[in-house]
Amino acid sequence: MWAITRLLAGKDLRVEMRSRVIINQVVPFAALMMVMFAFALDSDTVLARVAPGLVWLAAMFSLLVIVQRSFALEAADGALDALRVAGANAGGIFLGKALALAAQLAVLEVILLGAALVLYNSHIVGSGIALLVGTYFTATAGLAFVGTLYGGLAVGAKGRETLLPLLMLPVVAPVLIGATRATEAALGTNGATATDGWPWVGLLTLFAVVFGVGGTLSFGSLIDE
Amino acid sequence: MEPVVELVDVVAVLGQFPVLAGASLRVARGEIVLLRGPNGAGKTSLLRLCAGLLVIRRGSANVLGVDLVADRSAVRSRVGLLGHSNGLYADLTVADNVRFWGATIGASADEVLGAMQRMGLDDRLADVAVSRLSAGQRRRTALACLVARRAELWLLDEPHAGLDAAGRDELDAILRAAASSGATVIVASHELERAGSLATRVVEVVAGQVRERAL
Amino acid sequence: MNPLINMDTRATSTRFTSALGLATLIGLGWLAVFGLFLSPNDRVQKTGVRILYIHVPSAWLAYLAFVVTGLASAGYLWKRTRSLTLDRIAGASAEVGVLFMGITLVSGSLWGKISWGTYWTWDSRLTTTAFLFVTYIGYLAVRDLGGSHEQRARRSGVLALLALVEVPLVHFSVRWWRPLHQQESVAKGKLSDLMLFTLFVGLVSFTLLYVWLVMHRQRVAALDDMVDDGGLDRALADRRSEGMP
Repeated sequence: MWAITRLLAGKDLRVEMRSRVIINQVVPFAALMMVMFAFALDSDTVLARVAPGLVWLAAMFSLLVIVQRSFALEAADGALDALRVAGANAGGIFLGKALALAAQLAVLEVILLGAALVLYNSHIVGSGIALLVGTYFTATAGLAFVGTLYGGLAVGAKGRETLLPLLMLPVVAPVLIGATRATEAALGTNGATATDGWPWVGLLTLFAVVFGVGGTLSFGSLIDE
Repeated sequence: MEPVVELVDVVAVLGQFPVLAGASLRVARGEIVLLRGPNGAGKTSLLRLCAGLLVIRRGSANVLGVDLVADRSAVRSRVGLLGHSNGLYADLTVADNVRFWGATIGASADEVLGAMQRMGLDDRLADVAVSRLSAGQRRRTALACLVARRAELWLLDEPHAGLDAAGRDELDAILRAAASSGATVIVASHELERAGSLATRVVEVVAGQVRERAL
Repeated sequence: MNPLINMDTRATSTRFTSALGLATLIGLGWLAVFGLFLSPNDRVQKTGVRILYIHVPSAWLAYLAFVVTGLASAGYLWKRTRSLTLDRIAGASAEVGVLFMGITLVSGSLWGKISWGTYWTWDSRLTTTAFLFVTYIGYLAVRDLGGSHEQRARRSGVLALLALVEVPLVHFSVRWWRPLHQQESVAKGKLSDLMLFTLFVGLVSFTLLYVWLVMHRQRVAALDDMVDDGGLDRALADRRSEGMP
């Protein structure tokens, strides 16, 4: 299983290195969202107050795009079929794709956070750095697991572009809430302090574990005919 | 000798439609069997069934000693299916692809290199992205992936499509070499004139059933 | 084959479901009489309190439906109890659940307008219910994706179990997110005995309604699946005669 995990993750990252679709298209899209949020909210004080939420909202929508891309890759030339014929361990496929997804998402989130610091005039509180890092890892893992799970479920289906958001967005709501609150604590938004954030990191961890384990166990029955 | 493929009255359904309506087929090791028949007759489904991808509704099927009714997945790592799609990642190079598919069964770097050489994919092509290859070159890359995966049963769907005359001869030679080295090959093809030289046996697929037919 | 279906008439009603249907009707009639006429007005909410007699039972029914969907799905996924009947029960229950969750949300927001002055509040129970509603709409969409019955059962079974895990996660995250949640809607001592009795009639008759609906829906689904399967012989004959002169 781990061999397949490494193989799939390496392959997905290599595809991104060669095609640069995420860097050239998804990152600008995410940055554009951050600018659009500013247009829509049109007030510096409001922006500073809701910055953490906007970062994770943009991350969530970017996740949708990355997941579509990640599974379009497998569907384009029948590679997922071929992987199944090759008898590749389904749990391994799940973890490998989730790992690559998490790596891409992680880069994207750093850029989004940077955009929030610059555009929305947010600041990281010194004591919040550890909290921010903890939030960053657990939330990214949770998003990547859910994305891979539902991406795999929708991949063979007609109308997958429209089905995926319907299935995925309600499920990632706890991540959006948890990561937003934890990030608020790390940035000191609305007078929150770092200690307020840690319970949220606990929730994010629980979420990531539940969907990581659930996805590894069930991915085979989701992608098989 | 134990047959590589033994299907008895197999019924398989896609949606509500019976793609296979009682197909029986026996293939021995080292054979090159050509499936021919009109479009929609069930050739592709027969190949997918042998690869363990279809649910068997009725009848029995045994491929490489694996009972497909009981466990379809056990046969999968040992067969190579080349359908209308090649199963290649277009953004990756030829070498990347062959290495990736070889790695799914733990093939060594030498085996990967050997597989590419057997398919005539030289150094010049190795580092070219698949998206920039011709149809024929993609087919060869896909076949190299099958070789690298050490497939025991090759299931090829219209492998000659998109190849020029030289490419077709080359493919025939590859399949013969594969068969003589112990692999078994089942090819679905429209082209009967190739059959005489290539196939050890021609089988007609009509209306979801199999009819043996003399060469 | 489903032993509960009358194979002669292909009807989905049996003597048991007819009796159950009658009992449900009587129960709902009682509920209407008690809810609309016999039970008193509330001191604060006036006649608006009567919405509760629909709202609380339908919420109960919806949650019951989703628990049944989860259990039936688990039953299907567990190899020893695997049967498509369980999968159809899961699907039927989810359909009924979605319908009544919709009724719950609408009746709840009407009641909220009367008693809190607002249609919607970010209370954890409310928000979780709304998320459940959307999640199970997704579940039903996945059941409709096509493929074999077994594939449908496997996919949707996994999804139903994931949804069960997700419910507490959503609930607690929303609860922590907005700690100021509304008071329990049925606070002790607030309702008179007759009101409680009416509510009880509602709960019982809605439960009967649920069982009746799911039994019928499950049987219709079984007939649907049978049409798919039973058509096989004819489809096979058609298929075999293809290309014949």
